[in-house]
Amino acid sequence: MRVFDGLRERLGWATKGLAMAGKNNPWGGGNDDPGEPKGESGPGGDSGPRNPWLPGGGTGEGGKRRSASIEDIFKNRGPEGPRRAGGGGGGPTFRIPERPGGKSWLPIVFGALGLIWLAATSVHFVQPGEQAVVTWLGGKYSRTFDSGTNFTAPYPIQMVEKENVTQIRSESIPANGQEKLILTQDQNLVDLSYVIRWNISDLTNYQFQLANPRSALLEIGEAAMRAAVAKQPLNVVLTGAGRAEIEQEVREKMQDRLNAYRSGITVQGIEINKTDPPARVEEAFKDVSSAQQDADAATNRARAIAQQVLARAQGDATEFNNIYAEYRLAPEVTRRRLYYETMEAVLSKTDKTIVEGGGNVMPFLPLPEVQRRARDSVAQPATPKQGQ
Amino acid sequence: MDMTFQKYRMALVAAAVALVALASSVVIIPETHQGVVIRTGQPDRIFNMFKPDVPFGQTGAGINFRIPFVEEVQLVDRRVRDLDMERTQVLSSDQQRLQVDAYARYRIIDPKRFVERAGTESQLEAQLVPILTSVLRQELGRRPFATMVSAERGTAMTNITKTLDAQARQYGAQVLDVRIKAADLPEGRPLDAAFTRMETDRQEEAATIRAAGQRDAQIIQAEAQAEAARIYAEAYGKDPEFYDFYRAMQSYRQTFLNGEGSSAMVLSEDSEYFRQFRGGKK
Repeated sequence: MRVFDGLRERLGWATKGLAMAGKNNPWGGGNDDPGEPKGESGPGGDSGPRNPWLPGGGTGEGGKRRSASIEDIFKNRGPEGPRRAGGGGGGPTFRIPERPGGKSWLPIVFGALGLIWLAATSVHFVQPGEQAVVTWLGGKYSRTFDSGTNFTAPYPIQMVEKENVTQIRSESIPANGQEKLILTQDQNLVDLSYVIRWNISDLTNYQFQLANPRSALLEIGEAAMRAAVAKQPLNVVLTGAGRAEIEQEVREKMQDRLNAYRSGITVQGIEINKTDPPARVEEAFKDVSSAQQDADAATNRARAIAQQVLARAQGDATEFNNIYAEYRLAPEVTRRRLYYETMEAVLSKTDKTIVEGGGNVMPFLPLPEVQRRARDSVAQPATPKQGQ
Repeated sequence: MDMTFQKYRMALVAAAVALVALASSVVIIPETHQGVVIRTGQPDRIFNMFKPDVPFGQTGAGINFRIPFVEEVQLVDRRVRDLDMERTQVLSSDQQRLQVDAYARYRIIDPKRFVERAGTESQLEAQLVPILTSVLRQELGRRPFATMVSAERGTAMTNITKTLDAQARQYGAQVLDVRIKAADLPEGRPLDAAFTRMETDRQEEAATIRAAGQRDAQIIQAEAQAEAARIYAEAYGKDPEFYDFYRAMQSYRQTFLNGEGSSAMVLSEDSEYFRQFRGGKK
């Protein structure tokens, strides 16, 4: 009990300071007003309420007390303090039920809690694929657990941090599908996005070597990617011909750097998802491919025409050859036959006028063509043929 | 109860005092940090100082002691830290602008000097960033634009690393490397110019492709015409006189039978067709 009393005294000492502070606050007594004598002898020291928050003057403490302080609260409690289980009549009425022997349950409760705490903090189930780093008091490294059931000293003597080490993490760059422009060897820009797949290969190094392993990984990745793309001309990057090469190079470079930092990170792979021309010049790029289509279309059309021409020529030639073969057998007859057949066909479908003597035939001609011509140009009724 | 407290009063007080003394003299240094013991303002000794090849667990991390009230322990990062620079414009030797984004990685290897001269990590970084920026400008500014953009910056980067490292060592830090994360064309005119160039490049390519397509088409047609001419010549060349006759017959049919419009013929009675009308005489 004395110990507690001592403690309380110390607390009291501290609260006196608080009470002093209270006197200086705007609602405290007027003792600190300039010009007024300091101390308890101030006129009206305890007459009437000083402020609305305080009870009226003339408390049991006499004029010495201006304001309630924490000390008052303590003093009003019994000497045992309010929380003592066996406190006097003023204390709380709650009591812990007693064991049949009249002894307290407390030791048993504490013992059980202690056991639970021991079991909960000293047995560790590390899941498959996970590892756990054990440190003494969160400081000195002790050991690393693989998956399985493991034992340590209870918290906080030994602390355990679990981390999944086999899980492949992937980082998409750029994060939310924004445009990421990278300069190529020929100083063109390409919009490129890629994924870094990595895992933790050495958990202690991962936890203790780099201040910010993930951001280091991303920065190294970006530097390596830009360096690799800067070695390739735009077309190689765009068509994907150089893609495997770039991915390989980035992976190797990143791993080199990460090993140099002993980061405990293994880069499993780099995948380039997208290589596009920048949005602003995309139209021009599309136009190139449509130009290719146009060119193909033009040659296709030309080829079609060429085939027609050739087929026609071959057909004509074959026809001629066949007839010529016949003609060779009986030239005169064939010739006549062809002539008459043609004339027959032609003349049977046309209007015919036969003029005797072969003189000037123009006057007889009711030709629609001539009529029209005459109508059109009355001033010049004569055609040149009239003179014949 | 009262009696037990009375009995062990002295022992309990002693235990409490000892506990408080212990608590205020023990410091736990994590593996990730080094602890600099500062005695009345002067760095005195270092817990868990960085040494490259000491395995974790034997480094001096964990429980360490200090004299309460007299000594204070400042924790200093033991890991590799980032020094991130803001993007800066760099002018190449051929007066082209480039937006450069670089980073450096460093480690505090001399915590005592670090505490004396730099203070905290963020103060050190505030000191180093302007140095990095100016070194970067200087080194890259000596190079033409093309090499600045390309990956062949090897010597530039080692020079920059060396210079920065020399500066950093004055503050007890070691610069592991400096890398250019990104070298971009600045927004505005330079970027626009690059886009325009790319665009015109593509336009040229498209025009070339289209022209080539036209050319190929013409060639294909011309070759076909030539081939057709050859075929005709081969066939008709056997008897030009008969060809003339035959083709004339074809032409008549085509003109009068298949041609458009109606036609009327005025024939002279002495035409070849009416030879038999005239009794067969020519």
